[in-house]
Amino acid sequence: MSERAQIQLLSDGRRLHLQDGPIDIVLEAFGPRHEVESAYRAAARRFVTVLDELCGELPGLRQAPAEGTQPLGRIAQRMFTAVLPYASQTFITPMAAVAGAVAEEILETMTAAAILQRAYVNDGGDIAIHLATGQRFVVGMVDLPHRPSLFGSAVLDGSQPVRGIATSGWRGRSFSLGIADAVTVLADRAALADAGATIIANAVDLPGHPQVLRVPARDLVPDSDLGDRLVTQAVGELTVQEIEVALNSGEQMCQTLLAQGLIRAAALHLQGRTRIVGNSVCLQPFHDPTQERSLIHA
Amino acid sequence: MADDAIRCDACPVLCYIKPGRLGACDRYGNHDGQLVRVDPHVLLDRALARGSSVVPFLGREHEWDGTLVGNPGTFVTAIGAGTTYPDYKPAPFIISSEVEGVDMVTVVTEGIFSYCGVKVKIDTDRHLGPERHIVRAEGEAVGHVTTSEYGSQMLSLGGVRHLTGGSRHEGAVTCETLLNLCNGKAVDLKIDEGASVVLQAGQSPIIDEVREERMRVGCGSATIGMFAKQWFGKVDEVVVVDDHITGVLSEHQAGKLLGVPETGIRIKGRRSTPGRYFQVAEPGTAWGGTNLEDPLAILQPFKPKLAWPGLRLLMVSTTGEHHTYFELDENLKPVAKETPKELGESVARIKENCEPALCTVLFMAGAGGSLRAGVTENPVRLTNSVRDALTRVTCGGAPVYIWPGGGITFMVDVSRMPENAFGYVPTPALVAPIEFTLKLQDYGDLGGYLDQVRPLQSIVPEESRRHIAARPDNPWPLYPGKPSRSVR
Repeated sequence: MSERAQIQLLSDGRRLHLQDGPIDIVLEAFGPRHEVESAYRAAARRFVTVLDELCGELPGLRQAPAEGTQPLGRIAQRMFTAVLPYASQTFITPMAAVAGAVAEEILETMTAAAILQRAYVNDGGDIAIHLATGQRFVVGMVDLPHRPSLFGSAVLDGSQPVRGIATSGWRGRSFSLGIADAVTVLADRAALADAGATIIANAVDLPGHPQVLRVPARDLVPDSDLGDRLVTQAVGELTVQEIEVALNSGEQMCQTLLAQGLIRAAALHLQGRTRIVGNSVCLQPFHDPTQERSLIHA
Repeated sequence: MADDAIRCDACPVLCYIKPGRLGACDRYGNHDGQLVRVDPHVLLDRALARGSSVVPFLGREHEWDGTLVGNPGTFVTAIGAGTTYPDYKPAPFIISSEVEGVDMVTVVTEGIFSYCGVKVKIDTDRHLGPERHIVRAEGEAVGHVTTSEYGSQMLSLGGVRHLTGGSRHEGAVTCETLLNLCNGKAVDLKIDEGASVVLQAGQSPIIDEVREERMRVGCGSATIGMFAKQWFGKVDEVVVVDDHITGVLSEHQAGKLLGVPETGIRIKGRRSTPGRYFQVAEPGTAWGGTNLEDPLAILQPFKPKLAWPGLRLLMVSTTGEHHTYFELDENLKPVAKETPKELGESVARIKENCEPALCTVLFMAGAGGSLRAGVTENPVRLTNSVRDALTRVTCGGAPVYIWPGGGITFMVDVSRMPENAFGYVPTPALVAPIEFTLKLQDYGDLGGYLDQVRPLQSIVPEESRRHIAARPDNPWPLYPGKPSRSVR
């Protein structure tokens, strides 16, 4: 199915763009030129079968994980493993980690094929990171995808374990059960970050609030894995107190996940207010967005 | 499910999409029950072309410079415009602009073309496969080998019989092949009883895993004509091996005029006129597009009365890629020797005169059908207007050649169109941009949808658009002068 996938170097001559169906990846590797080329070739070769592998077991991936339903594909297994810790407490399907899992797989293919100083694979905002010792990335965080402005930055350092970043929220491409504009999560792996961001964004919520418009997912997308669960479609203006209540609820969820080692840090954003939880060394609200340049928009 | 959701089969996710919504990819959507592609709209920007070569961007406030209004530097292409099939509704965009004091209208639509295909010109003398033989992609028939041209082999791919006349898989593979060729991507093809080729618009072809670097300088006879003077006095005989016409210096008119003496050489094959031989070997991918690995195979023994020991013979192919220098021994048998320097230079000269071999792709389609109804309520008037050269047709802003006769059958060089200008629908059929530009007054006369005309300025700030630079080698589509039938 390589004919369907689009693989091209972006006009800056440095970043590689991979697109196939709903998968949209921008990646970049840093290192000696021949190593970067080897990494890009490996990524392109690996990418062409990704969508078919996933679609081959899509019905199973749209169901809550259960014992004995372990999927077959490598990416599907990453998804399954990432959401399994949550399955006993809440409804979640492996699809909650699909973007992070794909990013992880492509990144591992690249680092297996070449010696790189650093690299990122950004799959629609869910990012897998490679950092050699002494290297670092600065990642900008955006709350409103339709009006991008940075609300904070994350500094990732090779000495720390964080290798995955993901963002979730009701304004994003996937549905959310909560009302967060954006929850950005740092975790050891991209699939873990992806699943964690989904869980925390769902927890930033004001159940039954009249200003929140919720619609059964299936009314919007008939084959959504969320079925008849109510997904957020609009959030009216909230009072400062309401925002704090919703963020508190999200922060509580963060603390649980931090304690279990599922995530390393999170930035929760709701109607102009940001809450940073966890390792505050690497997550910082932005004060002067003109001073630093973001390398990746999360 | 009793709703109006449709199944998108553009990719294996097979999204089930409700009316007015997009699939998981944000690229395909359900528009009134029809699957449509919704990529950002592409605008050619003449001002940009003068500066940087490419400025990709989603429309931004103030990107539009007010001074350009009234003398538009922007031409709206149909890429991403969407279509309104069935076509009795007005086309998605009908845009007016004033050019040098004349109100111009551009009707912009993306046509869904079931009647479409590509003609591929492959610059090579190598034999790719017998004429009329089937060309396959992934084992499916997608076209055939057609009449070859000077120095080039020709393929005709696609067309309605492969797109919709065969199996579903044949249609899908044909559609994908056309889409990739038109969007400048490489495709792998296999010709029945012929070669495997990798073709890509604007790139050299790869034939049986060997990249073709150069076209031949001319046929074998033409090569003799071009280089006879440079060989005269440095060698006694030259044979230019060519699958089409093999040339022999001493017998050729050019050699005769220079006074080259007879050498007693005898060539296998059918003699056409003096010094020109057809069918010296079978077609192939070795010497001069023949199957010859050893050029001596085309020689019969030299005539003993005319030939002499020490006679100097150069055999060379039409691209200079193959050559060997021989001298006759006591028994008048050719013996390969090191090529003298000055003859080596003439071989290099042949090489130097060979143009780079390219693959070029012309998209050909008929817009003569119902698509016209999106432009005017009286479709035949549009056809007549195009024929009378009152309406200019462009394809993604690139000039087209309109085939004479009925309908609006056009050809366009895909390399002159913006990147990724083509799409497809799962019918299967190709989606290609097409724009009709004419004077506002003429548009009214032919029954156009005057109430749908929007000024150019109105579409720029409010909607997301991609601005790209116009190609400097394309004529500016909006020029109000008299459009010619075929624009170059």
